[in-house]
Amino acid sequence: MVTIEDYVARIEETCGEEKNFIVIFKYDKKEEAVANILKRAKTEKSISAIIFELTFKNVSFRLYGTGKAIFRNLKDKNELKNVLSDLLL
Amino acid sequence: MFDPYKIREDFPILKRKINNHPLIYFDSAATSQKPKQVIEAIKNFYENHNANVHRAVHTLSQEASELYERAHEEIATFINAKGIEETVFVRGTTEAINLVAYAWGLRNLKKDDEVIISLMEHHSNIVPWEILSKMNGFNIKYAKLNNDGTINYEAFENMISNKTKIVCFSHVSNFSGVINDVKRIAKVAHEYDALALIDGAQSVPHLPVDVKDLDVDFLAFSGHKMLGPTGIGVLYGKREILEKMEPFQGGGEMIREVSFSPTTGRCSITWNDLPWKFEAGTPNVCDGVGLMEAVRYLKRIGMENVKTHECMLTEYAIKHMQECEKVRMYGPKDASIKCGIIPFGVDGLSSHDVALFLDNYGIMIRSGFHCAQPLHQIFKLQSSARVSFYIYSTHEEIDRFVEVLKEIEQV
Repeated sequence: MVTIEDYVARIEETCGEEKNFIVIFKYDKKEEAVANILKRAKTEKSISAIIFELTFKNVSFRLYGTGKAIFRNLKDKNELKNVLSDLLL
Repeated sequence: MFDPYKIREDFPILKRKINNHPLIYFDSAATSQKPKQVIEAIKNFYENHNANVHRAVHTLSQEASELYERAHEEIATFINAKGIEETVFVRGTTEAINLVAYAWGLRNLKKDDEVIISLMEHHSNIVPWEILSKMNGFNIKYAKLNNDGTINYEAFENMISNKTKIVCFSHVSNFSGVINDVKRIAKVAHEYDALALIDGAQSVPHLPVDVKDLDVDFLAFSGHKMLGPTGIGVLYGKREILEKMEPFQGGGEMIREVSFSPTTGRCSITWNDLPWKFEAGTPNVCDGVGLMEAVRYLKRIGMENVKTHECMLTEYAIKHMQECEKVRMYGPKDASIKCGIIPFGVDGLSSHDVALFLDNYGIMIRSGFHCAQPLHQIFKLQSSARVSFYIYSTHEEIDRFVEVLKEIEQV
């Protein structure tokens, strides 16, 4: 069974009051991850087709073509994992 | 002066492309890149000289011991210490400060004593003292800063009193790059018989540091920020102070003799000479040799030249970053009082957004608190982005960086 761990290499939680999460996708799965996300999330803005401002179920995040994403204002890691699960699987 | 393009030829990693762009490494304050001379010295040690040091009579151990001792000598000369007895090899700046906290502070700091720390410190120069304070009950006073994040010298000096036993502050701020007047504060501390511990993590790699001239009691720095490998750093300490101190950790290298007495049923221990008294266990011989090679590399360039190069780059970067409407730089903008560090933010974007955007273009910068959260609180910042330069950084790279910053402003 495919899980989000198949796509995600690392999750970094930023320090400070802004609770942001930086998700780094696995090198060999990043293109698939980016494609899946772009298929499911709504693109608000795209810059040079390498940086995407997206929304998905009231969560706003920015996706980078290099296979990284920054999710803003999420409650905790569990919420992030639920969002990632819906976006990737 | 030196040619940074010639220097770059010595750094294999700088030939890399990241995300199909030539690598621009602007995170040297976090760790520096390594020249092939250092990489080769490490390889050569393991291929030809690897053995445990001291107390063995075989040839390889003699060679390893000589190299390791020479590394201490060359580093002592680099900072103008009296000799190897004043240069203790540790894992890095953090361990050096912890060594002072536990080996000196634990025995010398009592209730009602005071430790003064500047608010610009890296967490490594705050946390060990806070931990120890809970054990020993001494008081910690934090010296407030000016609005631009620089030390308020008058306020700092006024805090020093007969209760003060040690003052702890950085030579160069890892947030703003501002160079502090170490000599001035150390002098006042000594007038009250207090010691001065300096975090040199951001100064020793970037400018000439002379411990005799500064007249500091302890200086801590890391090898990996000055072209050397990770896992090796130095604690300089005045010989007379180190001699009076008890060891930090026990075992191996730090022992001269352990003798069991049948009468008492206990072992009595004689410590080894300095600096080995503070280097318990098998030391990190290879990385010590790597650090020696890094120091040789920096000496060939000349530390005054390193400082001048970074000052030029900083001035150039500040001037061109000011062209960006949404970019806010924090701290002083006068490059002559700074090393090559510029903290900044972009209106409407988090520091991590800025770093990820730049990463897209092969530009590596730092984002977050840089382990200096109290200073961010003073600036009322959630976090900051930080560029930091070194000997291999160029004006051309700054041009590219500013070009991408201008693109970020359009986001």
